Amino acid sequence: MIGVEDYRRVAPPGVVDIILTLGERLRGRRLLHLSGGRFGGGPAEILHTMVPIMTDLGIEAVWEITGGDPAFYATATTLEAALRGPERVLTDEALDHFVDMNRVNAKKLSLEADLVLVHDVQPATLVQQRPASGRWVWRCHFDCSRPQRRAWSFLRPFVNQYDAAIFSLPAFARRLGVPKYIIQPSIDPLSEKNRDLSPREVATILGTLGIGQDKPILLQVGSFNSADDPLGVVNAYRLVKKHYDVRLVLAGTLADPEGPSVLDELRESAQRDPDILIRELPPDAHIQINALQRAATIVLQKSVRGSFGLGAAEAMWKGKPVIGGFVGGLPHQIVYDVTGYTVHSVEGAAFRLRHLLNNRELIARMGAAGREHVRRSFLITRHLVDYMALLIHLAS
Amino acid sequence: MNRRAKHPFVFTGCVELRQALDHRATDERELLERLEEVPAGSVFYHTHGYFLRHRPITTAYGNDFAAWAAAHLRDQVLAERLAVVNPFEFSTLEDLREELASVIHDHLVRLSSVPRVELGEVFYFQQSHVVEVTLGPGAETLAEFRTGLAAVDASAIYMHMVEARARLGRRAGDFAEWIRSSLEMPELAEKIERIDTYMTNLEKVRARVLTLVDSALEGSAA
Repeated sequence: MIGVEDYRRVAPPGVVDIILTLGERLRGRRLLHLSGGRFGGGPAEILHTMVPIMTDLGIEAVWEITGGDPAFYATATTLEAALRGPERVLTDEALDHFVDMNRVNAKKLSLEADLVLVHDVQPATLVQQRPASGRWVWRCHFDCSRPQRRAWSFLRPFVNQYDAAIFSLPAFARRLGVPKYIIQPSIDPLSEKNRDLSPREVATILGTLGIGQDKPILLQVGSFNSADDPLGVVNAYRLVKKHYDVRLVLAGTLADPEGPSVLDELRESAQRDPDILIRELPPDAHIQINALQRAATIVLQKSVRGSFGLGAAEAMWKGKPVIGGFVGGLPHQIVYDVTGYTVHSVEGAAFRLRHLLNNRELIARMGAAGREHVRRSFLITRHLVDYMALLIHLAS
Repeated sequence: MNRRAKHPFVFTGCVELRQALDHRATDERELLERLEEVPAGSVFYHTHGYFLRHRPITTAYGNDFAAWAAAHLRDQVLAERLAVVNPFEFSTLEDLREELASVIHDHLVRLSSVPRVELGEVFYFQQSHVVEVTLGPGAETLAEFRTGLAAVDASAIYMHMVEARARLGRRAGDFAEWIRSSLEMPELAEKIERIDTYMTNLEKVRARVLTLVDSALEGSAA
C-alpha cells in the first residue's frame, strides 16, 4: 500500500513534513467523506488515495456513499446537469423523492464526525439530518456558477445549512450565506494514470491500441462531447497537417448522451485520413491514458465549456506542453507561453501547434516547466494539506 | 561558529486556506470600487500573499491587481503603475489600500474609456486564513539554523520574512531578529534585514539568506 512517505520522491521538498506535522495535530479526529459513488471521475479517483493516506496518518478517515432506487439516481443526474447550466426537467415529485431517499440514507449511515465533507449533488440534502456536533462542508467539484434557476432554488437552502462550501475556483461559485473556500483539485502522481512508465511499457500499450510512434503524436484525451470540442481539434489538426506529418489521436469515453452522435461525426470526418485515430476507452483505462500522454508530442485540451480539466495537469506532469481552451480551470493550470498556451479558437490551436512543431526546443522546455508547475500546485500532497488545514481551521 | 542561542529558532511553515468573497471586478472602475470596500485581509491576500503563491516560472508583477491588469485587461500602463507599489513600504494595510486605489483612480481620470475584460478572466477578490505549522526541532547554533533553512518548506520563508513583518508587526523579520537577539550577531542580522523581498520569489530569498549565513560561518572558521 502507498503511504505518505512514498510521496517524498515526487512532492516538493518539505511538503511531506508539513503533512506529518498536520497529521499529528489531527490524530484521532474523524473525517467523513460522503459521495454518490466510488467510481468514475476525478473526485472518486483522488478519494481512493486520500482516504488511506489520512488513515495512515492517524486520522479516522471514512468514505461512505449514498444510494437509492433508479428514480433517485436519475434525479441526482438531472439535478447536477441542471446545476451545470443546461435546461433539464425537474418535477416536484422527483425532487421530493430525492430528499426522501436521502432521509433513508441518513438512517443507514453514521454521520458523526469532526468534519463531514459532502461531495457534489447526490448526498447534498443529507445535511438536513446532520447531528448536533461536527462541522459540515459541501464540496462542489463542478462549475455551478450559471445553474438553471429552478435547480439552484432547490439546492441553495440545503447548501446554506452547511458551515461552509468548497469550490475549485472562485469563478465556479455562487453567492451563498456561508463561507466559500477555494481548493483546487489534484492528480495522484503514483496512481496508474500518472506513475512512471518505461518506454517499453509505453510502446507495448500503444501497440495494443494500434497506434504507431513513427511520427509526432498530437493527443486529446476527453469525453466525446461538444464541451471538449473533438471536432474542433480535428479541424486544427487539418490546418497543421498541411505543413507537418503528424498523427492525431483522440481518446476518450462516451460519458454522456451526445457521445454516440459526436463519435459518429468524428469517425465520418476521419474516414479518409489514416493519421486520425479515434480510440473509445472504458472509464478505467488509466494506464492506457498514461501511456498515450507519455507518447504524445503535444497534448490538447481544447475545451469550449468549463470544468477544471485536470487532463492538462496530467499531461504536464508527463513533461508535455499543453494547448488548452481558455475555459474553466485550464487558464489556471497552463501558464501561458511557459507550460503551453491557452487559445480561443480552432485557428489559435493550429497556430500554437505549428509554433511548437517549428520550435522543437520549446517542447522540451515547456514540458519541464509544466512538470515543476504541477509538482508545486496540482499534486495530491497539496490537496491533502488543504483539507487538513480546513479541518484545523473549522475545528478551531 | 559554535555560539549557542539563548532561545532556539523554531521554523514555522504555513498553509494558506483561500476564501472567495462576493466581490468581483470586470473593469478597472469596478476594481477601484471593490478595492475600497473589501476587508483589509483581502488587500493583504492580493499583495503580500502574492509572494506565497508566486512561482518563479511566471512573470513577476508584485501583486494580483497588477497581474490581472496585464494579463486580462491588457492594460500594461496600469499594470506597471500597480506593480511598483511595494507593499512592504506601508505600515498599515489601510495605507496600502489607499495607495493602490489612488493609482487606479489617477489612471482612470486620464482614460476616455474604461478597460474591461473581454476575453480574459473576471477579478475575484479573495482572502485567506493562514494555518501555522511548526517544522522540525529548533536550531540552537548558526550551523543548525543553516541546515534547517536549507531543507524547510518554502512557506516558512514566507512566514518569517513576509508574514512576520507585514501582519505580525515584527518589522525586522524573524531570522534577523533571532540572529541579533539570541546569537548576538548584529552585523549578520542587519544584512538579512536588508534583503529585498519585493519582486522576487521565496526560493531566491532563501538562497540570499543562506549565502549570508555561509559567509558568516566561513568567516568564523577562518
